[in-house]
Amino acid sequence: MPGTVQSIERAATLLHAIVESGGQMGVTELAAAVGLPKTTTHGLLRTLLAVGFVEQDPRTGRYALGAGLLGLGSHYLDANELRSRASNWADSLAARSGFAVRLGTPAGLQVVVVHHVFRPDDSPQELEVGSVLPAHATAVGKVLLASRPALARALADARLEALTPRTVVEPAALLAELQTARARGWAEQRGEYRLGVGGIAAPVHGPGGLVVGALGVSGPAEELFAEGARPALRTMVVEAAAAVSRELLA
Amino acid sequence: MTERYVLAVDQGTTSTRSIVFDRAGRLVAVRQREHRQHFPRPGWVEHDPEEIWANTQLTAAQALRDVAGAPGQVVALGIANQRETTVVWDRATGRPLVRALVWQDTRTGPLVEELAARPEAALVRERTGLELAGYFAGPRLRWVLDAVPGARARAERGELLFGTMESWLVWNLTGGTDGGVHVTDVTNASRTLLMDVRRCRWDPDLLDFFGVPAAMLPEIRPSVGVLGTASALPVPLPIGGALGDQQAALFGQTCFAPGEAKCTYGTGSFLLQNTGTDLVRSRHGLISTVAYQLAGEPVHYALEGSIAVTGALVQWLRDSLGLIGSAAEVETLARTVSDNGGCYIVPAFSGLLAPHWEGRARGLVAGLTSYVTKGHLARAVLEATGWQTRDVVRAMDADSGLPMEALRVDGGMTTNNLLMQFLADVLGSPVVRPMVGETVSLGAAYAAGLAVGVWSDTGALRRNWHRSAQWVPDPGRVAALDAAYPEWERAVQLSIAWGERR
Repeated sequence: MPGTVQSIERAATLLHAIVESGGQMGVTELAAAVGLPKTTTHGLLRTLLAVGFVEQDPRTGRYALGAGLLGLGSHYLDANELRSRASNWADSLAARSGFAVRLGTPAGLQVVVVHHVFRPDDSPQELEVGSVLPAHATAVGKVLLASRPALARALADARLEALTPRTVVEPAALLAELQTARARGWAEQRGEYRLGVGGIAAPVHGPGGLVVGALGVSGPAEELFAEGARPALRTMVVEAAAAVSRELLA
Repeated sequence: MTERYVLAVDQGTTSTRSIVFDRAGRLVAVRQREHRQHFPRPGWVEHDPEEIWANTQLTAAQALRDVAGAPGQVVALGIANQRETTVVWDRATGRPLVRALVWQDTRTGPLVEELAARPEAALVRERTGLELAGYFAGPRLRWVLDAVPGARARAERGELLFGTMESWLVWNLTGGTDGGVHVTDVTNASRTLLMDVRRCRWDPDLLDFFGVPAAMLPEIRPSVGVLGTASALPVPLPIGGALGDQQAALFGQTCFAPGEAKCTYGTGSFLLQNTGTDLVRSRHGLISTVAYQLAGEPVHYALEGSIAVTGALVQWLRDSLGLIGSAAEVETLARTVSDNGGCYIVPAFSGLLAPHWEGRARGLVAGLTSYVTKGHLARAVLEATGWQTRDVVRAMDADSGLPMEALRVDGGMTTNNLLMQFLADVLGSPVVRPMVGETVSLGAAYAAGLAVGVWSDTGALRRNWHRSAQWVPDPGRVAALDAAYPEWERAVQLSIAWGERR
């Protein structure tokens, strides 16, 4: 088993101590309770405060669990639940657009395909549910990366694999594209995963507003990006993703 | 060319839905309204026919309004309905005599036992292709005639009308007391125990046996063909067809060739296989039923296997055991383990239907050891649906001898990937899901559209059918599940034996 990360262990111990204190301890008491130097404890608390995992009473200086931590559990959305809620909308997107549809959820710098609807032409196709795609080279992946700024920053240090000559491997270029995607509410890729195959995707929001998945179409790039086809397709994808988001609220 | 749309009304057990489809078979508008379930006594289940008629008018008007601005015109109405639910109403006032007796209602149990004891009872199976069971409409009608004072005399004078739900709706849609058309479609009539399944006519001997006056029965019509004009809608439309819901799903899945089969996975599951224009009599616990009939063409038949509890077992895991928060989470829980851990669940909550027909069987969990976790239980819950499907498919193979190249599936459980793969493995044949999951409504729309020429023939409907997903059997898993099947069969035998000892 690989070694544990000490600071995370300490942060967890500290969170337990905060729970036990019932929100009645300041930094000095907490440091004593977990057996750490006050400066270390202070540093940990400041970090936890910054990410919203703890809150500090501005009057007394005492610490309590933060809303960010409490929200984590309720943001969790079961992937199978997501598929079951999205199914009708994904079917209808495939039927209307004539392209294959995929619904992806984030897994670090990758995307897990949680739902896949065949291109409606009865050609031989294999179900890809459960397969993993590189986020930087797919439209669904770009949507998910764009929704997680911290993750997107980690891209700067990652080695981005060139899957085709068109794959964007320059971190700065990718980050710029993600920023655009976030602003306009959809992303695309043109032969960046497999040559000749493109994709358009839009975000699916969970009940808390957090992006929980990305819904997109993919197919031959020349059809997908044909003159005149694009705006209509884009609208269809964005509307289908919005419909799934609404379905998750119900 | 202007688009032509078809409106389908799916009058189901819990709600009435009005759905508009375009010529490509794509869904354009959906409106839905639930109706109240009445449980006046244990085992009694009733619906208010007037509430259902009001919901039909309301949702149909809403759906028509939804597409009023669309570039096209709605040209026909088709109906799919909950089967075997029985309505008796007054011809002069249009008021139901009593609330509708729903297909889940078990009050006719003692009546059916009494009838079954009579020497001429063998007639029923011979003429109808069905088991003499309280599940069908005929005994319910008889119950109403016995229970309501004066009803039989009034029925004989032609003052009372009988119908299943499509019959009630068509009568009201076409004017009700003001010239309403009193008809039923042949698939619904085949579920009454009153129809000769070969000739597709009300059978005088059966009417005598059940004590039902012929004067109150609707005229039997093909499933595809204009029944009348729905003048009660804001836009009068020809009613182009009607089908029982499971037959409608078979039609919507375009299973038009002998051997083609579909299974709808909901609370319970219904597997129907087209057997062509030949009636196949089951010797393995299935029922013979009418699949559909196009006007002027011979009747097509089907073998049907009904499974009482499939999705309901997942609901039990959620609501009674609280092991999952939503039905979809059963897959998440099941994926925490790689097999069933030797555990089998037979969900015989109120007996077993096809192919066993053991009303007294009771559910059991077999193979418990301390090794079994909730993950294994979740697997066993999903596998129970797969094993039960295998029981029915095996009976179908033996009865029809028709090869089933693939099973077409629809219904809520088809979003469960683990279950769909298990089905492919346990059946040893591919499982395919169509692009339009609303196969019941689609089948009703197809029937109506064919009648008025929106589609030229069934070939045009087939071209609309597209796969949205396919699960292929894994040879290694197929062999492993073949080896495990006797274990399941043993568990089923134990659940039957448990019921017998009570």
